[in-house]
Amino acid sequence: MKPFSKINSIVTPFDKANVDTDQIIPKQFLKLITKSGFGKFLFYDWRFDHNGQPKGDFILNDPTYKDSKILITNENFGCGSSREHAVWALKDFGFSVIISPSFADIFYSNCFKNGVLPIILDIKNIKKLLEIRDEVELDLNSQKIIFGNEFINFEIDSHRKIRLLEGLDDIDLTLKEDQKIENFEKNSSIASIFE
Amino acid sequence: MTETLFEKIWNSHIVVEKENEPSLIYIDRHLVHEVTSPQAFDGLRVNHRKVRRPELTVATIDHNVPTTDRSLPMIDETSSTQIKTLEKNCKDFGIKLFGINDPNQGIVHVIGPQLGITLPGSTIVCGDSHTSTQGAFGAFAFGIGTSEVEHTLATQTLWLEKPKTFEILATGKRKNPFAVTSKDIILSIIKKIGTNGGTGHVLEYRGDAISDLSMEQRMTICNMSIEAGSRAGLIAPDEKTFDYINNREYTPKNYDDLVEDWKNNLMSDSNSKFDKRFTIDVEKIEPQVSWGTNPAMVSDVTDKIPTPEEFGQNNEIQIESAKKALAYMDLEPETLITEIPIDRVFIGSCTNARLEDLIDAATIVKGKVINSNVSAMVVPGSQMVKHEAEKLGLDKIFKDANFEWRESGCSMCLGMNPDILKPGERCASTSNRNFEGRQGSGGQTHLVSPVMAAAAAIAGHFVDVRDWS
Ligand code: SF4
Repeated sequence: MKPFSKINSIVTPFDKANVDTDQIIPKQFLKLITKSGFGKFLFYDWRFDHNGQPKGDFILNDPTYKDSKILITNENFGCGSSREHAVWALKDFGFSVIISPSFADIFYSNCFKNGVLPIILDIKNIKKLLEIRDEVELDLNSQKIIFGNEFINFEIDSHRKIRLLEGLDDIDLTLKEDQKIENFEKNSSIASIFE
Repeated sequence: MTETLFEKIWNSHIVVEKENEPSLIYIDRHLVHEVTSPQAFDGLRVNHRKVRRPELTVATIDHNVPTTDRSLPMIDETSSTQIKTLEKNCKDFGIKLFGINDPNQGIVHVIGPQLGITLPGSTIVCGDSHTSTQGAFGAFAFGIGTSEVEHTLATQTLWLEKPKTFEILATGKRKNPFAVTSKDIILSIIKKIGTNGGTGHVLEYRGDAISDLSMEQRMTICNMSIEAGSRAGLIAPDEKTFDYINNREYTPKNYDDLVEDWKNNLMSDSNSKFDKRFTIDVEKIEPQVSWGTNPAMVSDVTDKIPTPEEFGQNNEIQIESAKKALAYMDLEPETLITEIPIDRVFIGSCTNARLEDLIDAATIVKGKVINSNVSAMVVPGSQMVKHEAEKLGLDKIFKDANFEWRESGCSMCLGMNPDILKPGERCASTSNRNFEGRQGSGGQTHLVSPVMAAAAAIAGHFVDVRDWS
């Protein structure tokens, strides 16, 4: 995975609560067997009408936000189905940071696996960011979102932060613990399904 | 130190533990299906990795299989590619697959328990959020994303942050246990604690009203833990659990020893500390019907649809959500639930398509015919459920009432196969999600129990099944 670096970008204000992964990537697009190519289907039913034409009033169709890498949204983002395709679609579309007052658990953990940073902020700061039209600087290392002369600090688990910053592969890290896994298996009483 | 059931399972599966970091947890059972696995197998191939424990892994095809005659070629080419991909992956990596024509094929969370693969005290994962279903056996069972599928395949472990615990205590006795089902209990719980009430927590359902339930009913409860925001929900195993597991096709040979062990170890210690608690009296619960676009937007069948303000109770975000939901659902506040007409009925999904669900629904349907404005289908949760139901003659009851009787699969729960709602069609569904477009773009879903769905099919609108004769 690519190491996560500083980001300068305008913020896409997407003030919606309980956005579920069925909306982020509708099921008719889950049939690809690769990880790329999902961006064009992001929020499909909201972005396009029944004839496949872009809906003018949907924020992601607004050219202002074409190059935005930061999506700011409201509570319980990513709820519902565990489909990682939701994160692949957001990333493929261009977002590397999602900011929300709260995330659904599986979505939150799926983000980190794909080099996307989910940031939890309180409503006050969310409201502030929803208003900002200029570019902000997002620095994961110092855990700051900087705009003008102001900044907002955010929290992140240090373990996850290092993995993002260094772009480490989870499986490689785990395989370093191979001996411990083997020891565990020797002592485990759980039966195999298939003899 | 007292421990909850969840903590016991967690502690007995720690491979690596470091302070303030996620723990490496061993996974006992990994279930795989066609939609969330292709990219995971691809990752293994690219990195020249093997599946560490194929004998702890099992695969089936459920999400996008057609539920019509399977001897015919599939029309949908992309679905067919995904199915062929899983067949190849299982072959290449040595994984047992219950394929499209296997008598054990079915929805992944239905077949795990019915084959004796789901065991108390174990850790179970699947690339599907409703893996929580299997928590009904006192297992820590949870949904994972595709990267975690790959990680589990390669290492048989996962890095997890320890979730907090949440006790849901259900007390009392249901007034009419035929009409007020476990679906109504879980919908009532979600209505109260909200769709993110359980986020970051594992739910443990406890109390007499839970012990009272059959295994299949318990699965319905645990199934919808994710709709309350929890990755997992569980119920301590008891005699009903052990009986259910006995003598199934893959029940472990040392079953008797295991039962001894489970009896002694798998319960929360008295006075254990939960991080959160919620109590519900089931005596007051009525049949439930969802009216909105998330599973907390639910009313008693005797009620009216609330106004957004009543629903949101001063919470701006909730009021806004309710307004949008009503617009999408094309419903007016203050409408009586029983006055909502429906076009379609779907009895199916991992929430409510096991044998007992079909028996109950058939009891309602028997000797009647569905309303002429409604089209209705029954999609059994697995081939085994279908077969057992047919032995009882349920297929005939449904077909005589003009229900379609289908092959097993996820079907219209998520509409990845041809079973979908058309825009504007309104459906009484026994599934678990009423999100916008879930059952088909523009489709309107009302979540209900199997008996409520069956009665609605016949009446053409929602009815209080307690009054059914
Ligand atoms: S029936 Fe529905 S909820 Fe269950 S596994 Fe299939 S798609 Fe998921």
